[in-house]
Amino acid sequence: MSAAEAPRVAGSVETFDCRVAFADEVIKLARADERIVVVCNDSVGSSNMGAFQKEFPDRLVNVGIAEQNMVGVGAGLANAGMIPFVCAAGPFLTGRATEQIKADCAYSQYPVVLCGMSPGMAYGELGPTHHSIEDFAWMRAIAELTIMAPVDPAETRQAVQWAAQAGKPVYMRVARFKVPAVTGAEHKWEPGKISTLRDGGDVTLAAIGTMVSRAIEAADLLAREGIAARVLNVSTLKPLDEETILKAARETGRIVTAEEAVSTGGLGGAIAELVSQHHPVPMRILGVPGFAPTGDTQFLLDHFGLNVEGLAKAARDLMGTRSRP
Amino acid sequence: MAVEHRIATPHREGSGPAPLILRAVTPTFQPTTVEEDLRKIAATVRLKIVKTIALAGLGHVGGDLSVTDILTALYFAVLDVDPADPTKPERDRFILSKGHCAAAFYSVLALRGFFDPEAVDTFMKPLSPLNGHPNRRKIPGVEANTGPLGHGLPIGLGAAIGAKLSGQSWRTFVVVGDGELQEGSNWEAAMAAGHRGLDNLTVIVDRNRFQQGAGTEATNRLEPLADKFRAFGWDAVDVDGHDVAALHVLLAAKGGDKPRAIIAKTYKGRGVSFMENLVDWHHKVPSAEQVEIALKELTR
Ligand SMILES: Cc1ncc(C[n+]2csc(CCOP(=O)(O)OP(=O)(O)O)c2C)c(N)n1
Ligand SMILES: [Mg+2]
Repeated sequence: MSAAEAPRVAGSVETFDCRVAFADEVIKLARADERIVVVCNDSVGSSNMGAFQKEFPDRLVNVGIAEQNMVGVGAGLANAGMIPFVCAAGPFLTGRATEQIKADCAYSQYPVVLCGMSPGMAYGELGPTHHSIEDFAWMRAIAELTIMAPVDPAETRQAVQWAAQAGKPVYMRVARFKVPAVTGAEHKWEPGKISTLRDGGDVTLAAIGTMVSRAIEAADLLAREGIAARVLNVSTLKPLDEETILKAARETGRIVTAEEAVSTGGLGGAIAELVSQHHPVPMRILGVPGFAPTGDTQFLLDHFGLNVEGLAKAARDLMGTRSRP
Repeated sequence: MAVEHRIATPHREGSGPAPLILRAVTPTFQPTTVEEDLRKIAATVRLKIVKTIALAGLGHVGGDLSVTDILTALYFAVLDVDPADPTKPERDRFILSKGHCAAAFYSVLALRGFFDPEAVDTFMKPLSPLNGHPNRRKIPGVEANTGPLGHGLPIGLGAAIGAKLSGQSWRTFVVVGDGELQEGSNWEAAMAAGHRGLDNLTVIVDRNRFQQGAGTEATNRLEPLADKFRAFGWDAVDVDGHDVAALHVLLAAKGGDKPRAIIAKTYKGRGVSFMENLVDWHHKVPSAEQVEIALKELTR
């Protein structure tokens, strides 16, 4: 484990790079099932697949820096009866190989597990070419592709286990920017189900990935101001858990969404499409409004208001209240 | 003109320093074809690279140091470009396709006078125009926002076709990484350039034999590389990629009736003993102690 992958203690809360749990779980599965293979684009290190390669050198297919080929190879391996985990930095996987994901995986229904490593703005300073913030919008537009963003190491493990046996193509984000464990040991992750992490009747904070822990903190902040916020962890973006969203719309009447992704076509878009047709409620959609300037991940999240204060402010806006001292 | 890209910053309106705008300055070094001068410039570039990466705590030092002599020869001895008029229509076009080596590119542009060398100290710092990968909207002298590998050659091909269509004599140069050549887009462009006999297009391969995680030949073999280009209708030549004089001669010469591939044999981490020819230094950042040693070695 390199220093970058070791848990870091931020303030008093321990945070984790989900690539560690991800790789560990893939290796465990591979020990039990010979069909598990990993496909990389010179991304063995950045996907934390060094240990897998050491243990299963033949089952790590590194096609070189060639993402379109990589995804096509994934589909071919699935055709041959293997269970491919295609691991590459999110921007190049979803951007460069979009058509392979659409035609070779989704339309052909080959069960390829597409793993977008270091998604969102995890590569902050490397700039917009290396940010994977369009992935939700791009992948959502593709029919019959499941989209997941497990929120912490425990969910990452369960998502990996599920994806390996799902028998259908899946895109999953694997977080590199460190996140706290927000789900307890007893939490049973269910594919396609939203988990409610805080109950509340005034406003809903629907968050995904890195935004979930911030939404919990925002709910705590709002509670001190007398606002009861419900926090939804949307770890499956597609298919969307419509029942839980519509229930929240009915019961809270206001929805704030937050995602480390462009503010069009992702989580906010998905929820707006749903509620506007079935139970319209006022919404605030928090995301990234354009190409980001230079800065590290934390700087950029703050820059775009993708933080506790930004979430709380959006909730207050919807409530028509102001921050109380 | 640098175009300022404005993004709504709801939580920072009015706060912080004014954005840094990059403008031409008196060049640190004038263009030259004297070998000794070119070497001196390359040595200064290497020092600047190491200092820049040390300050940023991030970067791709291995590929920066392997491409240094190529960029130095291009910008100080070959390219017809003018820092005072960075978008003059008849300029030669240069595209750094291996955009991760921005620290080398920025150092060379700055020493050539496109902007203040001190600005390079803001590399990757919040709101700096000098992002981890080049941005033409903020950096004078940059032609394309590279970073995803395999984009530079198609853009260069388009520029070269454009020059032909408009009857212009300027040339287009593209530097690609060797690992980068595994991207199929390069070969789509190479095929089209050969087909069209674009003698105004030159690609320089930074042939350091390493990519991010391993050797190129161990990952996805490139050899016989020169023959691959030839088979696509190109002239291909090998050169010592750290010999600025040889690079100058080859780059300055216009080809016959074909596009030209210059396969520059280089070493990742060139000039710093503990980095040279080691895959680990693709994007490792030297410690304070290592920086001191590196600077000492590069000053010799
Ligand atoms: C499309 C794409 N895939 C993957 C990467 C990640 N990446 C950045 S640099 C690099 C290795 C590049 O190797 P090479 O072209 O040989 O460059 P050099 O050795 O000169 O640094 C990789 C895989 C990328 N930037 N773009
Ligand atoms: Mg290389």
